[in-house]
Amino acid sequence: MTINATFIGQIIVFLILLWFISKFVTPTLSATLAERAKKIADGLAAADKGQKSLAEATDRADAIVREARERAKQIEDLAARRSNEAIEASKQSAQSEGARIVAAARDEAATETGRAREALRREYGTLVVAGASRLLEREIDPRTHEKLLEQLASEIARG
Amino acid sequence: MASEHGQGESPTEYIVHHLTHLKVGEGFWTFHVDTLFMSALLAALTAWFLYAGARKASVGTPSGLRNVVEMVYEFVDGQVADIYHGNRGFLVALGLSLFTWVVAMNAMDLIPLDLPGGVAALFGAEYWRVLPTADLNGTVAMAIVILVLIVGYAIRAKGVGGYAHEWIAAPFGGHPLLWIPNFALNVVELLAKPVSLSMRLFGNMYAGELLFMLIALLGMGFAVSLGGISLFLGQIVFGTAWAIFHILIILLQAYIFMVLPIVYISMAEEHH
Repeated sequence: MTINATFIGQIIVFLILLWFISKFVTPTLSATLAERAKKIADGLAAADKGQKSLAEATDRADAIVREARERAKQIEDLAARRSNEAIEASKQSAQSEGARIVAAARDEAATETGRAREALRREYGTLVVAGASRLLEREIDPRTHEKLLEQLASEIARG
Repeated sequence: MASEHGQGESPTEYIVHHLTHLKVGEGFWTFHVDTLFMSALLAALTAWFLYAGARKASVGTPSGLRNVVEMVYEFVDGQVADIYHGNRGFLVALGLSLFTWVVAMNAMDLIPLDLPGGVAALFGAEYWRVLPTADLNGTVAMAIVILVLIVGYAIRAKGVGGYAHEWIAAPFGGHPLLWIPNFALNVVELLAKPVSLSMRLFGNMYAGELLFMLIALLGMGFAVSLGGISLFLGQIVFGTAWAIFHILIILLQAYIFMVLPIVYISMAEEHH
């Protein structure tokens, strides 16, 4: 338990150890740990950024979907309106076409009736003339006369 | 667990033998070969251990030795950062050197008491104390280096003039009549630091070593009798208990020896 020259040797040992540690150990360790801390911080920041951009992308995707849905609805409405209009238009055109056809048929029928009446009248005239000529050629026998009248009448009726 | 010296040796002789250094030289120029050898060996082992860990250190996930070294480094770095606010690069190196080296030296106390002496005897050495921190020279040497660092840091922070002024003008004031009391108090204040530092570590380790010796003496009373057997059991029980408790002291004293110098240096930079 005495102080002697040993402590001088101990001081030298300690100084060498101190020099070695401060020269070769702590700088390396502190640089490595600082670098690792920076790397971890960077990683965390990147993760944060990724999360934020993910949220942004989700928002944007939602907005796009919403817009598309709205647009689809608009298109649907428009299509419905267009088809209604088309149906309405074709209905109207069909109606007018039908009316036109009916009118044409009616005209034709009227023309045909007129023509028949004309022909009938012409036939009736001829028959009257023929009947009169026969009356003038023969004596009027009531029976014969009656018979002739009958024939005439049936011919008129037939004609 | 009787040593080879145990037979025919009185307890006093046993303890004195274990407290004697292997010496070279005369008077002041005496060297404790065991202290010098063990501390240098442990310093080399500590340096190699830390260097191996630091060299392997990379930015990736650490493992094994690297992990241990990084853990110790971060522990010391955190302690220093708490105490000292400035460029702490060298102080971390100081704390790391002190902590790891003192732990290594203190841990020698856990080696079975008679083993180092026995090994040394094979090489023809009569005495061998394995615990450098139980040698006052070992702790005083570290305290002297720390004292120089305290003064050096104080001068660096305040300049030679400022530091000299503080010696005579603080803590009582700058009046010429107070110069001598100031100076006397500063001498005490400055010297108390290395003295308490070295004495605390030395005292703790010396006492621990002594207690191991006393416990070892229990087993020497071993005899084939009821009392003798209980002495032997007592050595095992107390030796185990003290060794386990001593692990705490080893780490705690090393921690104190690391933190206090940083505190002193940090205080030395403060202006009064």
